[in-house]
Amino acid sequence: MAAYHRPSELTEALEILAAAPVTVAAGCTDLYPATQAKALPGDILDITAIDALRGIAREDACWRIGAATTWTDVLNADLPATFDGLKLAAREVGSVQIQNAGTVAGNLCTASPAGDGAPCLLTLDASVEVQSAHGRRVVPLSSFLIGARRVELQAGEMVTGILVPAAAGAGGGDFLKLGARKYLVISIAMAAARIDVADGAIREAALAIGACSPVATRLPALEDALRGVALAEAAARVTGEMVAPVLSPIDDIRGDAAYRVEAATELMRRLLARCAARRMEAAA
Amino acid sequence: MNRPFGKCQMRVNGAETPFAAAPGRRLSEVLREDLGLTGTKVGCDAGDCGACTVLLDGAAVCACLTPSVRADGAEVVTVEGLGALVPRLQRSFLRHGAAQCGICTPGMLVAAAGLLRGTPAPDRAEVEEALGGVLCRCTGYAKIVDAVCDSAFEADPGEASPGPAAGAAVGARLERLDGGPKVTGAEMYGADHLPEGALEVRAIRSPHHAARFALGDVAAWAAAAPAPVHVFTAADIPGENLFGTIPVFVDQPALAEAHVRQRGEAVAIVVGETAALDALDFAAFPVTWQPEEAVTDLSAPLPDLHAGRPGNELIRGVVRCGDAIMALAGAAHVAEVTVDTAYVEHAYIEPEAGTAWIDGDTLVIRACTQAPVMDRDETAKVLGLPAERVRVIPAATGGGFGAKLDLSLQPLIGLAALKTGRPCRMVYSRAESMASTTKRHPARMTGRIGCDTAGRVTGMTFDGDFNTGAYASWGPTVAVRVPVHASGPYRMEHYHAVARAMHTNGPAAGAFRGFGVPQAALVQETLFDDLARAAGIDRLEFRLRNALVDGDRTVCGQRPGGIGIRDCLVALSVAWNRALAEAAAFNEAQGVVRRGVGVASCWYGCGNTGLPNPSTVRVGITAAGRLVLHQGAMDIGQGANTVVAQLCADALGLPVGQVSLVDGDTAKTPDCGKTSASRQTYVTGKAAMLAGRALRGTILAMSNMGEDAALSLEGDVLRVHDGRGSRDIRLADLPVDAHGYVLAAEETYDPPTVGLDADGQGEPYAVYGYGAQMAEVEVDTALGTVKVRRMTAAHDLGRVVNPLLAEGQVEGGIAQGLGMALMEEYVPGRTENLHDYLIPTFGDMPEIRSIFVEKPDPEGPMGVKGLGEHVLIPTAPAILNAIRHATGARITRLPALPHRVLAAIRAAR
Repeated sequence: MAAYHRPSELTEALEILAAAPVTVAAGCTDLYPATQAKALPGDILDITAIDALRGIAREDACWRIGAATTWTDVLNADLPATFDGLKLAAREVGSVQIQNAGTVAGNLCTASPAGDGAPCLLTLDASVEVQSAHGRRVVPLSSFLIGARRVELQAGEMVTGILVPAAAGAGGGDFLKLGARKYLVISIAMAAARIDVADGAIREAALAIGACSPVATRLPALEDALRGVALAEAAARVTGEMVAPVLSPIDDIRGDAAYRVEAATELMRRLLARCAARRMEAAA
Repeated sequence: MNRPFGKCQMRVNGAETPFAAAPGRRLSEVLREDLGLTGTKVGCDAGDCGACTVLLDGAAVCACLTPSVRADGAEVVTVEGLGALVPRLQRSFLRHGAAQCGICTPGMLVAAAGLLRGTPAPDRAEVEEALGGVLCRCTGYAKIVDAVCDSAFEADPGEASPGPAAGAAVGARLERLDGGPKVTGAEMYGADHLPEGALEVRAIRSPHHAARFALGDVAAWAAAAPAPVHVFTAADIPGENLFGTIPVFVDQPALAEAHVRQRGEAVAIVVGETAALDALDFAAFPVTWQPEEAVTDLSAPLPDLHAGRPGNELIRGVVRCGDAIMALAGAAHVAEVTVDTAYVEHAYIEPEAGTAWIDGDTLVIRACTQAPVMDRDETAKVLGLPAERVRVIPAATGGGFGAKLDLSLQPLIGLAALKTGRPCRMVYSRAESMASTTKRHPARMTGRIGCDTAGRVTGMTFDGDFNTGAYASWGPTVAVRVPVHASGPYRMEHYHAVARAMHTNGPAAGAFRGFGVPQAALVQETLFDDLARAAGIDRLEFRLRNALVDGDRTVCGQRPGGIGIRDCLVALSVAWNRALAEAAAFNEAQGVVRRGVGVASCWYGCGNTGLPNPSTVRVGITAAGRLVLHQGAMDIGQGANTVVAQLCADALGLPVGQVSLVDGDTAKTPDCGKTSASRQTYVTGKAAMLAGRALRGTILAMSNMGEDAALSLEGDVLRVHDGRGSRDIRLADLPVDAHGYVLAAEETYDPPTVGLDADGQGEPYAVYGYGAQMAEVEVDTALGTVKVRRMTAAHDLGRVVNPLLAEGQVEGGIAQGLGMALMEEYVPGRTENLHDYLIPTFGDMPEIRSIFVEKPDPEGPMGVKGLGEHVLIPTAPAILNAIRHATGARITRLPALPHRVLAAIRAAR
């Protein structure tokens, strides 16, 4: 008979992890669809009773999104404008039912190329906190996601939180998702942006594209090119040459590769235009 | 370290409920199987459909994605508990016609209840956002949004509306007579009935599109199981191991013998206690596959799949009149197009499910269906039983749209029950349902149409290959129907149309709302836009010039009466001119987003094509004064239970509210044929009208009263009265007949048709319905995305029996047409779930305006024409024509996914 562990303390969870291989279960919105069985298969470590892992907290150097924090928790949290993109992404994850159960950390651990969480968290310079019975390490998100459905997690380890550095609190975030229908849709392409502006010019632009490569990716060339540029002119600076080289999309049932690159470029352009328009509105 | 999970307790619908949970077991399983709360439905087991939505501590979650242990100590609300929470909401669903088949209704209601707790009077956007995670395949969502928005203003649930008076049922906006259980969760679908001691049935299915296979030591595998199980294979089938829908094309084994021709084909069933099956390793089932080269589309030839069908051509249908080649040669303008369409999945939210048991010497099958008598006869043949020893009790059916016309699990559960002597239940998984049941035919069609300088169509050719997959199913029907309808409802003196049903290793393509006509309409309607442009004529005007009118001959040489297509097109004209002007004004801005308007028509013959398809209806009155209608037309959500009763009640002259319904149980009710071909309102409706009229005749004769006398049924007294006097018939004094009635009538109606000759000439249908739809779209020319803003749908129903239900058909048909146009593409082996296979959600539907035209049909009951399939036919071509109007992009491959639209926009520049 398979074991089902549901500890209320993190230390307990880490001991269970150390003892034998288990599947870590949080929202279960990806685990159940992967089986036709009536119950989760194998030995399970359910982390949703660990209160310490739930919620978003401001710590000295960062914001901590606990590993059991749901998308709805993100939506309901009082967060600065830099998290606005993540909140928009939260609203577009599956459906209300999925948002009420699914977790941000679980979304990263599933590591779907079309995962809705990764692009915004990349623009937030997020890291992943990983713990085991033997200790704790912090892995930059860009290193944590190593491929389609592959993450940098060793046996006996689990994700305990997502850390967003205080420095990423500057500026405003935004997000756009393209799918073939409105709700319950897997992205064809996504664009995320966090932009810090001083005196009308871009001080820092953190930009990312999702669903167009095995893992979501930042756009360093474009970010460099936009530094110092007036926000109002940013959209016009987006070219395929600055976006396409870092993408490696596939052809699938949702769209072909060439289209994805083009759509990603267009989404990024629109995202920057929307950021500019919003700033104009705020200034007016 | 671990808490003991043995003693869990949740507060379900206000009652403390202990449950012995395996902690990782889906909450949906605990609610349904352990606690008997079957109102919570399971549509996908993956969070893709939302049918299993419950409130967990006030938050909407999918019960199928929730480990049951998380309900321990929690408050859970299911549909069964909503009466106390939001009673007006359920009432509002009924009044608005928000429940059709009802399978998604519990999920919709619970999600809405979650919203209404915090937002008692939500706006449409809030409703769409909150309910967006629940899929509906019937309604097109608009009436659900209306019902939730209006629920706060609903009358007290205690106040029942009186209902229409005698003789006033037809035409009334009557809520469905069978709606009550659909909103309380009490409705019993195939998966909801679990007899005492029932065993579970699971199938072993082919993972390959084509393979030879050999079974290993099945007995040893079964014997090694942790608990007793039975395995049955083709060798155990007592009768003829073949089923089908059309006698001469029967070709599908219930369990394959040595050879599978499509993925998902069953080769064995395993039967046992649920726990025993759950403990089995199905991956270790002893079967050896030898995959064969397979082709699932029309791109490449493959060896013959069936003997006697050379070149894999199952059948071809032809309609020919005049000399189309010559007419095209002499035309002022000629347009040509080739269109490719995809496999389309029915995607009803209820996967196939049912139960079988032995009652005396009768095998009883209670399962989802669109055709109880066909199910009985085919199942009996496979199981080697005389038909009278099989009884089919139709379960409430959670959507069908054509695929539940075919047998699916009936022979399998029947075999299991016969062999074990125990009741047996089978519930398909979503993947199993999608892989193994029928689809809409993918088609590759080429058409040419010519017209003169005045825009009068002179001739048309049509040539289509329809991928009918591995087995015949309804492929012959598609091949025969398409050439009859590919002209659209237009005059074509010179016409030559050919449609072939071609076998591949794709899933068997069968019946799907429209039988190939929605595909064919894409060709003709695309070409009409080409020709209107070439001739410099407004596109609506072009259609008006060519529309059939009474006295015209169809391409089959028939002269139908009551042709309403012109009236439908005229009904669109005000909206058409308004929409064109609005689009032009919008497009003046030269933005990235452009608007366009498109129009397309439909016609569709109701009933079988030139073949008999009778319905028989019995209506009776008991000694106690109960008026009973044996209504055998399967109601799969479309509303036959209500409209057939309306027609019967008015013919009889008693209020429809007094009608009690008996369903299509083959032991109780005469055969009303299958729910397909838009035939039930017309054919069964006519039989019901005739039966009602006959019963009335008997009553009037008994009381010696004239035709204008009024009836009233009060207790066990039937009163017949007119201006001159009144007679009472004391029902208890009359003798009781074999069916238990003191007064009864039974009538059969079969549409008068003339079979088609070699050139497709004849009178294939006695009644046709007509319609025209206008689409207004917005196309993002940089992303290729399409948003349908508004659909205006004018349909000629002859006589509208029930406007509320008719609107529901229009809205639901448009939703399916929109899905076919923009997003639906079933790829065998790749999209066997509802997140890769996309159907429209709340957020994808346009505003829909229905306009009903009533041009009475001389043959239909009270003038009635069919509607169910018509509504889907014009939607996709209207949308494609609107995309073209907006951008110049001529889409010739469906679905019009963003990357295809963008490529077409580029090609047009």
